Amino acid sequence: MDMHSELSDIHTQIMWNRLISVVEEQAQTLVRTAFSPIVRESGDLSAGVFDMDGRMLAQAVTGTPGHVNSMAESVKHFLIAFPAETMQEGDVYITNDPWKGTGHLHDMVVVTPAFLDGRLVALFACTSHLVDIGGIGFGPDGRDVIEEGLYLPFLRLIDRGVKNQTLIDIVRGNSRYPTEAEGDILSLAACNDIGVERLIEMMREFRLETLRGLAEHIITQSRNAVEAQISALPDGSYSSSMRVDGYEQPIDLVATLTVKGSTITIDFEGSSGASSKGINVPLTYAQAYSTYGVRVLVAPDIPNNAGSLEPIRVTAPMNCILNAQRPAPVSSRHIIGQMLPDVVFGCLAQIPAIQPPAEGTSCLWNLILENHASTANGATGDFNRFSVLSVQTGGVGGRPSLDGLSATAFPSGVSGVPVEIIESISPLLFRCKELRPDSGGPGTYRGGLGQHIEIQNRDPVDFDLYAALDRIVHPPRGRNGGKAGGSGYVGLGSGRTLNGKGRQTVPAGDWLVVLTPGGAGYGAPVDRPREAVASDIDNGLVSAAAAAGDYSFGT
Amino acid sequence: MTKKLSCRLAADIGGTFTDIALECGDRRFTAKVLTTPKAPEIGVITGILEALKRAGLTAADVDIFIHGTTLATNALIERKGAKTALITTQGFRDVIEIGRESRFDQYDINLVKPEPLVARALRLTVPERLAVDGSVVIPINLDQIDAHVRTMRAAGVTSVAVGLLHSYANPQHEQLVGERLNQLMPEAYVSLSSKVCPEIREYERLMTTCANAYVQPLMASYLRRLRDELDRIGLSAPLLLMTSGGGLTTLSNACELPIRLVESGPAGGAILAAHVGAKCGVDDLLSFDMGGTTAKICIIDNSEPLKSRSFEVARSKRFMKGSGMPIRIPVIEMVEIGAGGGSIAHVDSLGRIQVGPESATSEPGPACYGRGGETPTVTDADLVLGKIDPLRFAGGSIQLDAGSSRRAIAAHVSDRLGTELETGAFGICEVVEENMANASRVHAIERGKDVRARTMVAFGGAAPLHAARLAEKLGIGRVIVPRSAGVGSAVGFLRAPLGYEVVRSAFARITSLDIEAINRQFDEMITEASAVIREADPDAQLQSRRSVFLRYTGQGHEIEVQLEDRPLHGDDREALADAFTSAYIALYRRKIDNAAIEALSWAVTVAATGMATAQDIAFIRPDMADAAEPVSRSRLFDGQLGIFADSPVYWRDAIGTDQLISGPAIIAEDETSTVVTSTFCASIDANGYIILNAKSDGTGHGHAF
Repeated sequence: MDMHSELSDIHTQIMWNRLISVVEEQAQTLVRTAFSPIVRESGDLSAGVFDMDGRMLAQAVTGTPGHVNSMAESVKHFLIAFPAETMQEGDVYITNDPWKGTGHLHDMVVVTPAFLDGRLVALFACTSHLVDIGGIGFGPDGRDVIEEGLYLPFLRLIDRGVKNQTLIDIVRGNSRYPTEAEGDILSLAACNDIGVERLIEMMREFRLETLRGLAEHIITQSRNAVEAQISALPDGSYSSSMRVDGYEQPIDLVATLTVKGSTITIDFEGSSGASSKGINVPLTYAQAYSTYGVRVLVAPDIPNNAGSLEPIRVTAPMNCILNAQRPAPVSSRHIIGQMLPDVVFGCLAQIPAIQPPAEGTSCLWNLILENHASTANGATGDFNRFSVLSVQTGGVGGRPSLDGLSATAFPSGVSGVPVEIIESISPLLFRCKELRPDSGGPGTYRGGLGQHIEIQNRDPVDFDLYAALDRIVHPPRGRNGGKAGGSGYVGLGSGRTLNGKGRQTVPAGDWLVVLTPGGAGYGAPVDRPREAVASDIDNGLVSAAAAAGDYSFGT
Repeated sequence: MTKKLSCRLAADIGGTFTDIALECGDRRFTAKVLTTPKAPEIGVITGILEALKRAGLTAADVDIFIHGTTLATNALIERKGAKTALITTQGFRDVIEIGRESRFDQYDINLVKPEPLVARALRLTVPERLAVDGSVVIPINLDQIDAHVRTMRAAGVTSVAVGLLHSYANPQHEQLVGERLNQLMPEAYVSLSSKVCPEIREYERLMTTCANAYVQPLMASYLRRLRDELDRIGLSAPLLLMTSGGGLTTLSNACELPIRLVESGPAGGAILAAHVGAKCGVDDLLSFDMGGTTAKICIIDNSEPLKSRSFEVARSKRFMKGSGMPIRIPVIEMVEIGAGGGSIAHVDSLGRIQVGPESATSEPGPACYGRGGETPTVTDADLVLGKIDPLRFAGGSIQLDAGSSRRAIAAHVSDRLGTELETGAFGICEVVEENMANASRVHAIERGKDVRARTMVAFGGAAPLHAARLAEKLGIGRVIVPRSAGVGSAVGFLRAPLGYEVVRSAFARITSLDIEAINRQFDEMITEASAVIREADPDAQLQSRRSVFLRYTGQGHEIEVQLEDRPLHGDDREALADAFTSAYIALYRRKIDNAAIEALSWAVTVAATGMATAQDIAFIRPDMADAAEPVSRSRLFDGQLGIFADSPVYWRDAIGTDQLISGPAIIAEDETSTVVTSTFCASIDANGYIILNAKSDGTGHGHAF
């Protein structure tokens, strides 16, 4: 190799770093300009850059594994709807197709072509969760996707620099929060603009006319690195199944993971069929969370792109709950989709070289609380209409050498919204939000604790809970002798138990009581160091009675 | 100014050294002594006496003493603060443990979150509740405080944080708790969140309050001992403390709010950079400070470093956002990344060179130190590429061994990549420079700034070696390399304005602003800040600067809009909306029609006029040669040309002010070397600064292939 080509190798590395920095800037811009609290406070968004074949080259590391492959696939669909040769400078395209986007109508995907001296060189894509997209609201009660809200097929949001006001007006007219919806869509366009600007600057600096060589390098290197790590694992097939609450009936999630040479395939044959409620998962979203479950244990340091994702393939039978077809309702697809890393862990745990954690809460315990129309609940006077999505979390499973994390999102990586912020945008009042003692599954390494949360309305009127909560009947299971985490619970302050799924009313004067699940334990509880048990008792994380029972402590 | 502060003294306590700078008239004297961690005042006094001796002055001659220290930061990083308890609202015991419920690294299954500063057993609650508007939902019941005091005493608690929900909107409940604690537990320090950080978002407010409580006993007792020692040696001048926000505060305020003293050293560096720029007549700067383990980059507009109201201290996974404790105080905003001379390079599983954040530190140090370090560092790469003279490094105090550098780079980088040794070394420098360039760009976008039109001020041991290449990457056309004073932050302290900032949350849409209430609040804030300044200098002329943090209703991030220094009028509402809209478009290209605009917080900085700018001091240098000759030649690798170029090496002191040096070249001095790349020319200005200017033939940007 001569000095010149060696130097261009170094520059290829530098440009790869730069590309990752470009998409981080793109994501930062979205966080700072978004209106939905779930985006700006919690980080439910994604941003990435693609080559002209729709292959993802870099993606910002945000809190949403569900967007990993789904956004990557989505851009290919955009290229079918808007072939590269028809794209014009100043165009911006949009869709919220759950099957060709990121899994439900609330997620808008926006794509912007990047031009260098009049030639198309790359595509920028981003996605975020809108506060409201019409329909019956954000919950699993829709009977089909039509009831779940406004559907935008692949459309031009901006046509050669001219904003599509008709489209904006339709969105505004169909959302309960028109200003926020418009603001969020424009923030998606703005963040792509920043990405395009930075990419063009980079290409001018490095005198690149095309990204082709760089793309090949990124994809080949990444694929080779992931394949090398997979090749080190023994070939074989490993099956695992997990039962969760579901809506109308329990749901079985069954996976067979096959390591063969340098690829991993996961098939969900044997899983339950589609639900009549909106907890169905489009395949693209199931693929995203399954892939994340593998990647967090195999080659976690390789960045996400078309190359690193390629060696992992995920399939599911048509019309099973993980491959539901249009027009199945899919609004709350996350509660099932987020369970998939636990199912994948169940398979990988059978390979000695891999040590996954015990099961955890896994699905976000999002509390969607609304007070739509004050006339409907018979109240007199004017009370604030509100729609709040309060991200809440349970415990994560114990790990091979560490306790599980308490009150932490996993596999989703989003953040909670501060109590003081929720109370500043709604009349809601939290009566408490604390760790929940004895909810961490006993183990050598204890599961993380869930939370005890109570919420009331300061206005003397009803409010609604759109429940999409799981692990109430089927708690997280322990690993290697660890015990199950605490089951979740949702009910009223007056004592009545509520259902984990569906729209229910909290009557005026009453309040909502939520116990989020705890993570399961790892390893036999009797092996837990005694000083760790004593410290848990001191800190009120484990009661003396539970310590005596679960850990044989003090006996 | 009513009195002339002709003799000014500053001290900066760092982890290893305590730096002293003394300026009298037009002369500067410095001293550098070892830090004495157990009783830091001993090192300070030793250094002061040494500097005074050099100057031929006595302690009584000092007119003002300005002090900054890393003690508070170190106590938080090393967890060596006081046994601390937290009293909070019933039902919210775990706010500081639950945090934001996220993971700072999405792909680390074995991630560990920082332990809360207060253990759960010492997080105690009282029945009470305020609403978002400060109204009382549940009146406070103080009965349990008695039992809490017994618990705290039994546990040996010496400092108590009090943080109740929505106390930023109404401090009364916290004040009642504080009064009761003062009665029952008069020996304990008490920090109220409504005083330390009166801002919305309970996790950040309570963490800041706990951190304040955690460092308070240590800092307050240190500062009082220091005052006593100063009195003992006859130094009765006012003692002012450097804050993280770049202002100065009084001893009593520092004892009450010691959290405001963290990161005062880096703040001093940024102020020094602003001052250097101002002396050269340039206001918009990028300060670039690169030492052994980290690089710090700060944006300076109009000679003022950018401020922020939050940062993270003690990041557990080094430099990773979210892995530290969030602290909400006024702070000079910087990005700090793990890129220094000692940063270690390796090749990852993708065949990519990675540099840092792990550092070889000073022991064993880079491979070329010959102290047993076997991993290649940035300094090793600099040596191989001809940027450093192995015989002159650190004034000749350490003889560098280029052979060890070559072996380390070959073993860990170039052999693994299958390239020439020099290519590997070049790759290490390119990667570390690119990391710094990317961090600068992302930082700039977060603040809506452009780095390109700026002048870079490069200081710290490793910065001059990398400044020109970093400037090429950022499209910056001019770099200033001030003469290393060796005690940069302490000199920066002497340039700091006597100013104090107060921020308060008051949430309202601007169309329905209660103008009178805002004006009343401003009056209170100005009174509070003025009292701090008056204590330091009763005769100071005061100037206040007001601003408001605005956003579209529904957004989560605010933009600061400056206000005129006068009460608001009714017709200011529209002007505020216009000012916000312009600022928003400048940042994000598009405005949002139909969205309401709301105010979240209001800020006031009160500063003494006249004191900020001490007289400029021309550095006294040995006689200059009229026309310098190269002292030697070096085989210097040039990134832009992609080749080793036989390059002249000049001795900095030997270059005349009328001489123009065309890159590639090296300008050497005792403590570092300035690399002049092929796209830059260098000269020395009247201040003794090295000025690099991009050549005008268009080679200042872009690559040679």
